[in-house]
Amino acid sequence: MRLYAAVAVSGFRRYATYRVATAAGVFTNTVFGFVIACTFSALWDERPHLGGYDRSQALTFVWVSQGLLAVMSLLGGGFQEELQERIRSGDIAVDLYRPADLQLWWLAADLGRAGFQLLGRGVVPLSVGALAFELALPADPLRWLVFLLSALLGVVVGFGLRFLVALCAFWLLDGAGVNMISALLCMFFTGMTLPLTVFPGLFGEIARLLPWAAVLQVPVDVLLGVHSGAGLARALAFQALWAVLLLAAGRATQSLATRKVVVQGG
Amino acid sequence: MADAQAGPRSAYPPPRPPEALGRARGALGALRAYGLIVAMWVRSTMAYRASFLMTTFGNFAASGLDFAAVMIMFSHIDRLGGFTLPEIALLYGATSTSLGLADLVLGNMDRVGQRVRDGTFDTLLVRPVPVLVQVAADRFALRRVGRVSQGLLVLCWGAVGAGVAWTPAKALFAAVMVIAGAAIFAAVFIGGAAFQFWSADAAEVQSSFTYGGSTMLQYPPAVFARELVRGVTFVVPLAFVNWIPALRLLGRDDPLGLPGWVDFCGPAVALAMLLGAGLLWRVGLRNYRSTGS
Repeated sequence: MRLYAAVAVSGFRRYATYRVATAAGVFTNTVFGFVIACTFSALWDERPHLGGYDRSQALTFVWVSQGLLAVMSLLGGGFQEELQERIRSGDIAVDLYRPADLQLWWLAADLGRAGFQLLGRGVVPLSVGALAFELALPADPLRWLVFLLSALLGVVVGFGLRFLVALCAFWLLDGAGVNMISALLCMFFTGMTLPLTVFPGLFGEIARLLPWAAVLQVPVDVLLGVHSGAGLARALAFQALWAVLLLAAGRATQSLATRKVVVQGG
Repeated sequence: MADAQAGPRSAYPPPRPPEALGRARGALGALRAYGLIVAMWVRSTMAYRASFLMTTFGNFAASGLDFAAVMIMFSHIDRLGGFTLPEIALLYGATSTSLGLADLVLGNMDRVGQRVRDGTFDTLLVRPVPVLVQVAADRFALRRVGRVSQGLLVLCWGAVGAGVAWTPAKALFAAVMVIAGAAIFAAVFIGGAAFQFWSADAAEVQSSFTYGGSTMLQYPPAVFARELVRGVTFVVPLAFVNWIPALRLLGRDDPLGLPGWVDFCGPAVALAMLLGAGLLWRVGLRNYRSTGS
C-alpha cells in the first residue's frame, strides 16, 4: 500500500512539473468553455428546461465538464499511450518482473495525475466560468464533498476503460486506432459534447446506462443536485458497479495477455 | 580521368543559375522533398493496416459525432441563432473541410515543441531540405482525409438544403472560401509552431485557435457575444474562414455591418496571414538555440 501511495504521489509531481503546459491547457479549456457556453445559452434560450436543466445549470455543466476534461483524460493523454509504448517496445517485460501489480501500479499513477489536474486544470476554468456567467454552483460544502467522491469514482471508471484500451496493444501493437475510437466514445458518451440527458428517447436511455455515463455525467449531476437521498446513493452505486466490473475485466485481460502473448523480441 | 579531361570546361564551383531560376528550383525541390517524406510516412502507416483503417474511420466519425450533437440539438429546436439546420451544416461543413485540409497538409506542427525539448529538432537543421517542409511532413497522417471527407459531405448536404440559388460564380466563390479557409488555418498552425521555439510546452494553445476556432465557426455569429465576434474578425481573423463569405452566400447580414467588399477579402487575408506566419517562423528558427543535450 505504501508503494502505491508513493507511485500516486510521484504521478502527481510528475504532472506538476509541466507548468507551461498546464497553463496552455487551462487557456484552451477556457476558450472552449466560452464557445460552448455561448452555444448552450442560445440552445437553452430556445428551449428552456431542455434535458431537465435550466439555463444556469446547463452553463454549469459546460464549465464543470471543461474543468474535468483533463482530470478524466477524456481526450487521451493519460497513461495509456505510455503503457502501449512499453508493450510495443517490449519494456513491459521489465514491468512484469517488478514486485508490484501492473494494474494497481498504473491506477495509482493515474490517480496521482488526476489529483494534480483537478487542482491545476480544474479550478481556473471553473472560476473563470463562474465570473463570466451565472452558474448554479452549490453553497453546501457537503455537496462538494459528495461531488469529489463521485469524481473519484469517475476517474476509476475512466481508468478501467483506458486500461482495457491500453492492453489492446498486446494484440495490435499499434494503439493509435483503438485510442482514437476510445477517445471518440469518450467525448460523445460521457456527455462532453452534449449532456446525456438531452439525448432523445431509447438512445438516450441506453447512453445513460453505459460506463461512460459514470465518468462525467454522474459527477456533474451530483454537483448540480439532480440526485438526492436514495437517488444519490443509486447514482454512486451505479459508478461503483462499473468501476468494479471494469477493473475485474482489466484484470482478466491482463492475465490473458501476459499468459498468451510473447513479448516482442523474446 | 573523365574529370581531368573535362577539366578546363567544368568550372568548380559550378556556375550558379540565375536568382529567379534558383528560387523556382528551390520551391520545386521543397515540394518534391515534401512529397517524398509524405510518401515515406504513408508507407510506414500501412505497416499497421488495422490501425490505419480504424484511425481513418475514427477521424471521419470524430467530426461526424460533432455534427450528430448538432443534429440532436435540432431534434429539440428549429432554429439556433436564427439559422436552420442546413444553414448550420453549410457553416459546419466549410470550416470542417478547411481545418481538415490544413490539418492533413501540416497537422503535426505541434510536435515542434517536443522536438525542441528532446533535441531531435537539431537533426532537421542539418538535412538539405527546408526545415518548415520537414516539420510539415513529419508523421504525415493520411487518416486525416477522414475529417476532410466528412466535412465535404456535410458541406454538400448543407449547400443543397440551405436554399441557395447556385450559379457557377457562387460555386467558385464557395470553393475559394474553403481553400482560403484552409490557408488561414494553415497560417495559424505555422504561427503556433513558431511560438513553440519560445515556449516548447505551450503547444496546446494553438488548439484553442484551430479546433476551438472551428467549433465556434460551426455556429452562426449571432450566438456569440459581440466582443467574441469582433475578436475573430479583427484580432485573429478566423471569421474569413467561413462566417463572412457564407453569410453572403446565404444572403444574410453580417452582425458587424462590414462593407460588402469585405466578403471577397478571404484570399487576401489568408495570404497576409501566411506571410506573417512565415515571417514569425523565420524569426523563431533564427533564434533557436539547441538544448545542447
